[in-house]
Amino acid sequence: MEINYSEVGLQVGLEIHQQLDTSSKLFCRCPTKLFEGSEEDVAKVERYLRIARSETGEVDPAALYEYMKRRKIIYLVPKGHVCNVELDEEPPQELNKEALSIALGISMGFKSKIVDEVYVMRKIVVDGSNTTGFQRTAIIALGGELLDEEGAIRIQTICLEEDAARKVRDLSSSVVYNLDRLGIPLIEISTAPDMRSPEQVLRVASRIGLMLRLTGRVRRGLGTIRQDINVSIKGGAKIEIKGIQNLEIVDKVVRYEVMRQLNLLKIMNEAIMRGVKDEDIGSISDVTDVFKNCRSRLILSNLKEGNKVYACVLRRFKGLLNFEVQPGRRFGTELADYAREWGGITGIIHTDELPGYGIGVEEVRELYRVLNADGGEDVVVIVVGPEDKCVRAMSAVVGRVKEALRGVPKETRVVNDDGTTRYMRPQPGAARMYPETDIPPVRIDEGVIKEALKYVPRDPTAVYEELVSKYSLSPELSKQLLRSPHIIQFYDLLKEFSGSEITPQYIASLLTVQLKGLKSEGVPIENIGIEVLREILALVRDGRISKDGVIEVLREYALDPKKPIDDLIRKYVRRDLEETTKLIVNIVESNRDELIRKRDKAFNIVMGLAMKELRGRVDGKVVADLVRKVLNELLGSTPA
Amino acid sequence: MPSTELSSKDDVIIVKLANGYNLGISLVNAYVEVVKENYINVGSSEGEGATTFVGGQGDRLISIVSTGGTIVSRVEYETGAVRPALTAENLIDLVPELKEMGSIEVVDLYRILSENMTPKHWTSISKAVYEKIVGGADAVIVAHGTDTLPYTSSALAFALRNLPLPIVLVGSQRSSDRPSSDSALNLLASVIVALNAPFGEVVVAMHGSISDNYVLVNRGVKVRKVHSSRRDAFQSVNDIPLAKVIFPDKKLIVINSRYLGRCRVEDLILMPNFEERVAIIKAYPGLSPEIIDFLVDKGFKGIVLEGTGLGHVNEAVIPSIKRAVEVGVVVVMATQTIFGRVNMNVYTTGRKLLMTGVLPASDMLVETAYVKLSWLLANFNDLTEVKNLFMKNLVYEINEVHEDYIYPRWYHGDKL
Ligand SMILES: [Zn+2]
Repeated sequence: MEINYSEVGLQVGLEIHQQLDTSSKLFCRCPTKLFEGSEEDVAKVERYLRIARSETGEVDPAALYEYMKRRKIIYLVPKGHVCNVELDEEPPQELNKEALSIALGISMGFKSKIVDEVYVMRKIVVDGSNTTGFQRTAIIALGGELLDEEGAIRIQTICLEEDAARKVRDLSSSVVYNLDRLGIPLIEISTAPDMRSPEQVLRVASRIGLMLRLTGRVRRGLGTIRQDINVSIKGGAKIEIKGIQNLEIVDKVVRYEVMRQLNLLKIMNEAIMRGVKDEDIGSISDVTDVFKNCRSRLILSNLKEGNKVYACVLRRFKGLLNFEVQPGRRFGTELADYAREWGGITGIIHTDELPGYGIGVEEVRELYRVLNADGGEDVVVIVVGPEDKCVRAMSAVVGRVKEALRGVPKETRVVNDDGTTRYMRPQPGAARMYPETDIPPVRIDEGVIKEALKYVPRDPTAVYEELVSKYSLSPELSKQLLRSPHIIQFYDLLKEFSGSEITPQYIASLLTVQLKGLKSEGVPIENIGIEVLREILALVRDGRISKDGVIEVLREYALDPKKPIDDLIRKYVRRDLEETTKLIVNIVESNRDELIRKRDKAFNIVMGLAMKELRGRVDGKVVADLVRKVLNELLGSTPA
Repeated sequence: MPSTELSSKDDVIIVKLANGYNLGISLVNAYVEVVKENYINVGSSEGEGATTFVGGQGDRLISIVSTGGTIVSRVEYETGAVRPALTAENLIDLVPELKEMGSIEVVDLYRILSENMTPKHWTSISKAVYEKIVGGADAVIVAHGTDTLPYTSSALAFALRNLPLPIVLVGSQRSSDRPSSDSALNLLASVIVALNAPFGEVVVAMHGSISDNYVLVNRGVKVRKVHSSRRDAFQSVNDIPLAKVIFPDKKLIVINSRYLGRCRVEDLILMPNFEERVAIIKAYPGLSPEIIDFLVDKGFKGIVLEGTGLGHVNEAVIPSIKRAVEVGVVVVMATQTIFGRVNMNVYTTGRKLLMTGVLPASDMLVETAYVKLSWLLANFNDLTEVKNLFMKNLVYEINEVHEDYIYPRWYHGDKL
């Protein structure tokens, strides 16, 4: 489906959350590294959250929604990563000045206007991802802009906030979070809804990401940057999509969301044409008897546990639940999301997909009969499970179907791996901010500004031009380097090794092409930190190993980071000329007869055997020269 | 936004944005135009002393005496100011389940932080509780700040004798406006205990662990705040708790068989007076005798020494203590080790102190010893009787038997 995005009135805003690379968390002095140890170092704490009502008595719908679920929240407390602050057992300590400086530096890079005094707020979040029931967040700068080829994108606010706990498991009766991530400093950059095409969203997100990396003080790796987007089209709704961790799919997410909204509008129009009214969306009834002799294993096992089957008729909806709204997701899938999120049951079954699931024609006919429904026009939705869950699930489904008669409901959605999205919760209302009375306001004085100036990111365009003109990188390699997470490492290594045989081109290709190659082989390259790169390049500079050996050493290191580097390089330590010559002479001597017989292939044979031993320790060119020399003596002439 | 005690300088105005955030803008070189004026009354004492009521299920009356503190405080959304007031309505707002247990009556007695409590306040709280009991309440609960809560619980335990029902003091370590507040669970447990527990004692109901899995019911004369911020800060010292309330089952389990049972209402006695001229002196290496002399010269009637170890002070202080006892000041000795019992027979210093007439407080907490002495001095004229009663166990403030398991365990490198 070709979509003209300006015609549909696409408007997209971005909210980028990036973890800052500080030595400790935002409101306590715990480290910012995630826990990787074993289970015996993890304690557990169980909590329930209750809703806080604002002074006006208004209840925030998102908060209420989580409250209604009344789920037990289980916190994993790994030793060495969490203190009483994250546990909400001690008041927050002073705002981390290092984090504030980095965030202010970034704000300056976006020409955002810095506030004179920072006030930390409590943003109510009762899904359990914050032990307090709120996230601590502060606006540090307002306004600013970002240049893009399709026009300037306005920055609305820049916030400094604490990251939430890491969700480990999500069950219907409980949810499990690890507290190691809670409190890591995050910068949140929110743009105005100024983006008009999926490509532009990708470009702007990439540019913001690059500017953040250019500070050299943001964390790298999966989950350290997360993007939320809001997408709206004419006649649709402003939909919030959360949790895009992979920047590269952001354009796809936008395309799929536009597709979904257009399809929901089609469903609305079709329903209106069929004359569907609110009262055509039926009430909930117990149809357990219909399935007494059913062969469906799902239903049978439920009936055995004493559960029930509930049904609801959607008059004149036939076929619409099978209407695809996003690749692989039908309108029925959207309804199933509601049943799952509100009722805590696995999903729904509807007659648009029946017979199936072990439910036969007989039962479908009987279902229509007892519900007094029209097999040619109506759809019947059924849910199976305990009564209370079924009723909650079905009420949510009924509510969602009624929304379909009015178009696109306002939702907060969460992204799937393939770029499609699923329902997460209703959108939060206003009035969910309280002042954080435990933290005094922070005055932004000259000292703070001076510190922040250290972290102002350079203009990406200027960096690109420098790579091409000053360091003679090809435009392609320059772009690749800027897209990679390693631009800062490039400058760090360059500063240290400039003037040696380690050229800018070599460093750039090592950080991009070569590391990417290792990654595609499944090598965990996240284990390769700047310190290791430094150590190994120093060995090259000092002539202890050859350049050819670098990638092999890195591979082995990444696979087993605990091994000492000295052990890893043993195989790759440079052989001196004498040793190398001796080895080649040996090879030639022991293969003498074969080499004379296969005179034409002699060079290749010896080279192959020699390189097996010498790869990484001696440059290939040196070996080739020596092989030629030795063979010359044996065969009397230089072979090809 | 009004500037609060939180804003750092006068030249900054706080602005609340439409998205709910606050931020500070400097007035230096700023152009400010007043669009509209509006005033909010912050921290008014309007309604103090009032009683509010919300009807609930059944015919039981649950009386809650509110004295202030974190449990009744909420942050005002508009100003960030903390408002320490409780009404029956906002209590139900917070813990809707309470309505299932009976009708709720809230007496807004005080709105003070517990560090500002004085013996005078103990007197009026005792009286308020007494009135509620004789007035026919089925449950009486006192909401209180946590800092000095064990002093007040001890005071009520001595002032109200032969209780026909448990008096439950409850506080919270996280204010009620936070979704993670411990107040709802603590309040719920308090009502369950107040209505159902078999004992007629003053108790303190607070979280037993940092999970929301149970609330401890600690004996009022044996409880101490042992942590500055954790929600499980209230623990029994030199004794075990009387009971716990398990959640989410809301089940009350009595774990201590040594308690005072419920008495008949007719037998209830109120002795609500407390002597204010009683002091606590902590022993430390440089403690000077002048401090004791000063108290004696100022007419103090009682001194609680918070001694080192088994109940010692440096010998240089002993002559001053001797003089104090001679002029009729009652001097008692508790220990600053918190856990364990005073025993002044083991070392010479202890024996010398005993000889001067210092009374050992056995395993009483310093706070309890202080309150007990203050209560005795206000209600009994005969010094000999005061001294005898101080050493006598009145409401299980003394525990003669310390079994090993009542002492807490710390982390020593073992599995979590
Ligand atoms: Zn911490």
